Amino acid sequence: MKKYIDSGKKDTRSGFGAGLTELAKTNENVVALCADLIGSLKMEGFIEHSPERFFQTGIAEANMIGMAAGLTIGGKIPFAGTFANFATGRVYDQIRQSVAYSEKNVKICASHAGLTLGEDGATHQILEDIGLMKMLPGMVVINTCDFNQTKAATLAIADYEGPVYLRFGRPKVANFTPENGEFKIGKAVLLNEGTDVTIVATGHCVWEALLAAEKLEAKGISAEVINIHTIKPLDEEAILKSVAKTGCIVTCEEHNYLGGLGESVARVLSLNNPTPQEYIATKDTFGESGTADELMAKYELDAPAIEKAAEKVLKRK
Amino acid sequence: MSNISQLEDFATQVRRDILRQVHAVNSGHPGGSLGCTEFLVALYQEIMNRKEGFSMDGIGEDVFFLSNGHISPVIYSVLARSGYFPIEELSTFRKLGTRLQGHPSTHDGLPGVRVASGSLGQGLSVAIGTAQAKKLNSDTNLVFTLHGDGELQEGQIWEAAMYAAANKVDNLIATVDFNGQQIDGSTEQVCSLGDLKAKWEAFGWDVLEVKEGNNLEAIIAGLNQAKAISGKGKPVCILLHTIMGNGVDFMMHTHAWHGKAPSDEQLENALSQNPETLGDY
Repeated sequence: MKKYIDSGKKDTRSGFGAGLTELAKTNENVVALCADLIGSLKMEGFIEHSPERFFQTGIAEANMIGMAAGLTIGGKIPFAGTFANFATGRVYDQIRQSVAYSEKNVKICASHAGLTLGEDGATHQILEDIGLMKMLPGMVVINTCDFNQTKAATLAIADYEGPVYLRFGRPKVANFTPENGEFKIGKAVLLNEGTDVTIVATGHCVWEALLAAEKLEAKGISAEVINIHTIKPLDEEAILKSVAKTGCIVTCEEHNYLGGLGESVARVLSLNNPTPQEYIATKDTFGESGTADELMAKYELDAPAIEKAAEKVLKRK
Repeated sequence: MSNISQLEDFATQVRRDILRQVHAVNSGHPGGSLGCTEFLVALYQEIMNRKEGFSMDGIGEDVFFLSNGHISPVIYSVLARSGYFPIEELSTFRKLGTRLQGHPSTHDGLPGVRVASGSLGQGLSVAIGTAQAKKLNSDTNLVFTLHGDGELQEGQIWEAAMYAAANKVDNLIATVDFNGQQIDGSTEQVCSLGDLKAKWEAFGWDVLEVKEGNNLEAIIAGLNQAKAISGKGKPVCILLHTIMGNGVDFMMHTHAWHGKAPSDEQLENALSQNPETLGDY
């Protein structure tokens, strides 16, 4: 199995911050907005470089989304940042009408997504945001897996014309994708070739999928691991190509199984090549307080859970 | 500079367009549209610095956002008759395949519309964003908005109002269609707006009142005064006292025609009160 090295744990939100700081220097049309969470979103670098292009809206997310839509009208490329919960559910109608339906070039940048936000608990742990965003026509939905990929995605979406939802998180996690790697929206990354089972993962679950694949290999099971950083548009070709070979699949996400990556994959499979599938996802529940690691284990989103799901789906072939 | 009688003729024709659009599809919102006719005619024909044609970015010209999107018949008529798209296209209002959707949208590429509206309370935030973009672009032109008074019950309006004052967004003139009516009745009955002037002032805005909001000369004077006090560190709010359904006697002073189309007989009566001036579509 291909070996991936963790170059040192880092948070994905810092990848966003690093990308945004680079954009301050390289793209004069990029502007940034934040609703009283500058430190959490790691936006200090952008603000230091380009204070005139930063808009602090205060705790007023609806106004922030509307302003972002308005800034595009003057030719700007707004990156609006807050926690994923407040960046989606709280402002769904603002995003729907002023951004998505109006086809505005707004980048909604959502940190602290999912359970791994940790101790703050369920009020802040949104597990429905991928579903909310992927249902909006024209919205691109991206969930990055580590620091390097989040930085690369931040740079890439500035060059893409249209609304984007970029989802990342709070905890320090393994940083294993290439530094300054290329990020192609909608193009899955094949991390490990395998023949017995396909594991498709997004966000923080990608590293867990790699750990699970190592354990499976030790048991003589060859797992193909695919990093699906873009949930919409989904790289259908990559998924179909893989299951044509393996004949079964596990989808992994830090999100409710209703409305997430797994359901998008299931749709592609049911239309093209019905395939046994197991879901690593939260099971239509809210989260709770705890450490990120504890929660990933309790809600069965970690490597041992993925390993178990792979063995289960293999038996359904 | 147009003279007032030319503008009055323009407004009369717009009223005919509103009534005929709504009647043709037996749906739409004539009351608020009629109440804001003079304001939008004054804005587009007299006040705004507009460039030929339409560009989405609005750089180098004044920009208008209709936040209360349900009064689409009036903005469609004013846009068409101001040269943004063919006047005949008004006959497609709300019909399958039209660019003139029930509520304004950008989705179908209608020139003159920069953001969708209809879900209320969002236009002021969008306008602030565009106003800030103008400042970044060193573009000294202004951003105008129109809101329903009932729309001010939406919380986002006050998020935006607070932001604009706190950040000295002084290239922004927001007008409130202050007719005291909303779908379920008078604003007083449904959810009183209280002292609106005091509210906007408390939020840090300069507030002007136009008592005769259906009088073209009064509107133009009010808008010119608003322009004169813009650029001085505060956003400007105009409380435009209008009469819902203005220009059609049986539609005036009531919320009954908020979202209801006239019958054939009612249309005939209404049109007889507003004789053709610039030519029907």
